[in-house]
Amino acid sequence: MVSWESRQETAHITEPSRMNLLFVVLIPLMGAGLTAWMSRFGRLWSAWTAGLVALGALGTLSPSMLIAFSGETVIQRWPWIPDLGLDLAFRLDGLGLVFTSMVLGIGLLVILYARYYLSATDCMGRFYAYLLLFMGSMLGVVLAENLILLLVFWELTSLSSFLLISYWRHEEEARNGARMALAVTGLGGLAMLGGFLLLGEIVGSYDLSVILAAGDQVRADPLYTPMLVLILLGAFTKSAQFPFHFWLPHAMSAPTPVSAYLHSATLVKAGIFIMARLFPVLSGTFEWNLLVIGTGLTTLLVGAWIALFKHDLKGLLAYSTISHLGLITLLFGLGTPLAAVAGIFHVINHATFKASLFMAAGIIDHECGTRDMRRINGLWRYMPYTASLAMVAASAMAGVPLFNGFLSKEMFFAETADFFSEHPWGWLLPVAVAFAGIMAVAYSLRFIHDVFFNGDPVNLPRKPHEPPFWMKVPVEILVAICLVVGILPALTVAPLLKVAVTSLLQTPPPEYDLAIWHGFGLPVVMSAVALVGGIVVYAGRQPLFEMANQISGRFGGRAAFDRLLGGLFALARLTTRTLDTGSLQRLILLFLVSALGLGLAGAIGSGSPLTGERGLLTPDGVSIFIALALSLVAVATLLLHRLRLTALIVMGALGLLVSLIFVKFSAPDLALTQLTVEVVTIVLLLLALYVLPPRSPAESTGWQRLRDLTLALLAGGGAGTLTWSILTRPYTPISEYFLTNSVPGGGGHNVVNVILVDFRGFDTLGEISVLALAGLGIYAMLHKLHLPGPTSNPQGRPWNWDRHPAIMAALARLLLPLALLVSVFIFLRGHNQPGGGFIAGLVTAAALIMQYLTNGVEWTHRRLSANMHPLIGVGLLIATGTGLASLAFGYPFLTSTFTHIHWPLLGDFELASAMAFDLGVYLVVVGATLLILVHLGLMHRVSHIPIGTATEGSSWKF
Amino acid sequence: MEILMSVIIGVLTTIGVYLTLRARTFPLVMGLTLMSYAVNLFLFATGRLSIGQPAIITDTASGYTDPLPQALVLTAIVISFAMTAFVIMLSLKAHAELGTDQVDGHRDEENVA
Repeated sequence: MVSWESRQETAHITEPSRMNLLFVVLIPLMGAGLTAWMSRFGRLWSAWTAGLVALGALGTLSPSMLIAFSGETVIQRWPWIPDLGLDLAFRLDGLGLVFTSMVLGIGLLVILYARYYLSATDCMGRFYAYLLLFMGSMLGVVLAENLILLLVFWELTSLSSFLLISYWRHEEEARNGARMALAVTGLGGLAMLGGFLLLGEIVGSYDLSVILAAGDQVRADPLYTPMLVLILLGAFTKSAQFPFHFWLPHAMSAPTPVSAYLHSATLVKAGIFIMARLFPVLSGTFEWNLLVIGTGLTTLLVGAWIALFKHDLKGLLAYSTISHLGLITLLFGLGTPLAAVAGIFHVINHATFKASLFMAAGIIDHECGTRDMRRINGLWRYMPYTASLAMVAASAMAGVPLFNGFLSKEMFFAETADFFSEHPWGWLLPVAVAFAGIMAVAYSLRFIHDVFFNGDPVNLPRKPHEPPFWMKVPVEILVAICLVVGILPALTVAPLLKVAVTSLLQTPPPEYDLAIWHGFGLPVVMSAVALVGGIVVYAGRQPLFEMANQISGRFGGRAAFDRLLGGLFALARLTTRTLDTGSLQRLILLFLVSALGLGLAGAIGSGSPLTGERGLLTPDGVSIFIALALSLVAVATLLLHRLRLTALIVMGALGLLVSLIFVKFSAPDLALTQLTVEVVTIVLLLLALYVLPPRSPAESTGWQRLRDLTLALLAGGGAGTLTWSILTRPYTPISEYFLTNSVPGGGGHNVVNVILVDFRGFDTLGEISVLALAGLGIYAMLHKLHLPGPTSNPQGRPWNWDRHPAIMAALARLLLPLALLVSVFIFLRGHNQPGGGFIAGLVTAAALIMQYLTNGVEWTHRRLSANMHPLIGVGLLIATGTGLASLAFGYPFLTSTFTHIHWPLLGDFELASAMAFDLGVYLVVVGATLLILVHLGLMHRVSHIPIGTATEGSSWKF
Repeated sequence: MEILMSVIIGVLTTIGVYLTLRARTFPLVMGLTLMSYAVNLFLFATGRLSIGQPAIITDTASGYTDPLPQALVLTAIVISFAMTAFVIMLSLKAHAELGTDQVDGHRDEENVA
């Protein structure tokens, strides 16, 4: 084994000021949206936009490409979540250069090709948007410097390839293929996340620069093997290695440009890229050799064998892709520097000839209307030009001399022949590899002979002819590369390859020669055997076909995947059916029992005493009275619960007693809030009770009641015990910070309010958003709902139609300005005394609701709009705007400031920016509360007036 | 004093749980309301109990209670109001559309549980 421990550091250029690599990734991602939007101006607009976006990304990348080509590594970094060691860090070195060139170069060709491939019924905007999304994700994978960032983009490639494969979403095959690809690569991504986390733990950093320099440390770590297995799982699933290869043929139901892009240069090469990227860290151990060689060899053989027997043109290409991916994997598995050279070289060659073959297959499909090689024959007469192009590409795939595939395949043969040369069974590897070579020649030959010669076409849906000029151009370019590289390797690909391999190995590679003729040796013999053997196998293919038909379907993980998926679905259904029988009571019961079980297990498991050492407060008479009263009222609620109105009134008393508890234990803000919320809640429940039946029927059996009571007592006992354990234990709160900084930092003496609007303002912003959402949700739920209200009470007496008692109405009108004044007062003093936006909002809402109750909806609506949406919106805007304003001054979101100003008559007055935030809170609370109650009240008005006489006022809307 | 608080939370939880196990929507909502009282008191109690020491900074105060649980509970009270409102509206809608207030939508004649 060659070791390269005497590694020399390659030159790094860190460019903190330049961010062009970030933009290279962002331009296609953002461009995707633009492209989709542009399609509204016409189909071709999106094609042009997509092309320009890809060119833009290429242009942005080009300055860094020059640096990378000179052998240096460009690293650009932008802090993202520094606490997690996660930076938006990108690197471009030789390896990245090869992959970005392929992603962007072949991407551009595919964009051009797809414009002619897609039919008039296919939505071009959607296609190009997905394609650019994928391109951006793929660029992110190959440019990421941080492993976690790499994984983010890795998952994005899985998602965007899912969209691309399922592009023809009306076809079941496409949907199934996409789902399978997503499931397999997604699971692999999960495994790789685990592997990356382990690797990050071992090295202490997620940055590739650090990791690549820590190879010895990683290989010596006890966690090396699990980490290796997890990362390889990710790479193998993505690169369709046996036994995970089955998703790739099913992904062939995608449009052919997608196959040409995903399965030649990009998606499936992402797994190869990971192996190449981490090669200096992971390779060079027995585990690596065993896993990677074993998998690569199996994939190479299985893919090559099946490819010959596929009648579908794209199916043949799919299995040949699998086989070639196995070849590259096998090369990396050998772990020698020269094998890595051959691996990268074959990555480039495979991308060019496979992309062009897929495109040729797409042209044939496009022109013939079918891809079945038993029907497509003798196309040479109809499209000689396309046929010539396809024959060159297929020769490269077969490894015929003077084409690029020959060069890398010769290197491959040489490496495999050398690797186990000392081992007694070492000859097996070259023999197996030569067998794969024979099969590769055979299936390439089939691609040429079956399609372009072999008699006449059989019953084709269309009469084929040459495709439009521009559809051939991408194929021509790729085929030209195959030829030029194949004939003049030293003048074309050699410098790029050298830079790439140097960055792959992190050290200059040993001398190698890209000549066509290396002199007579084992590799030449193997090539000759492959060529001759391939022709022989193809000539005698008939008996092989019969054999293959018999054993087809036994290979591979497709059946296992289907069984696994079916089993998972069955398990999920069984679990749901067992737990959820459609009874809410049963669900609550299960929930309570499991909560109790878990709580008990925790309490018993902890083994700590029930009572802590904290000193106790002595109960006084008032407290005992409140506790007694509360218990009595609670029990009364229980006993009376079937008489709903009575129980509700009793429950109101309960809420008031709870607010007394807050008063007692130094929480005036809570007491005020509880008091006002209680009023609003009871009004709301009363309104609801008008529509609901006034009594609950006695329908539970005695046993059920006993069971529920036991469970309730257990739950209550548990809650009480838990409270006791907490209350008797000493603790160290984090509140010291708030108490110390409230006045100097927040400018308020009421620490609770300062926490709400300042220290934890972000939380409050979230909470008022929830409140607004709840209000809007209720509004949507009540929309167009007809609630049939009763016209008489349970005793049969009709409801009193007398409207709004005069004395009460007059009193309420008098109280309104007073109540509003109180709420303003509470709002203004909130920063320093008990009060604040929440409480003031609730007071205002209660005051306004009182007007509705006493004066009626119509009277109130003549004076106040029922449309509360603007109020809620303005409130949220003010609260968010206050936060954003601090950003504008260069402080973090929601930083507050305050000042003291002197107001005439009122004296010194403090003005804090947090008060603007509190105003937002106030408006949202008022708006949401009124929205909820008023709309429920409006329902009543409709139900109250006999149908037909109800008039819609102009000032409110339902 | 601590024992009183524990008992109050225990009683509120017991009755709340019992009511949530009833088969009609209105008692269910009442039960949820009682449970939210209990939960709010419990969260408040994690700041321990102190008398006459509100968290309002003055020169004369002898000490302050823990303001953090109070701030959390204050928003929790408002949110639990929103939740109660949402659930009661849901029950109204269910009543209007299903013609029954049984929690699983069973009509009275077919109702067994």
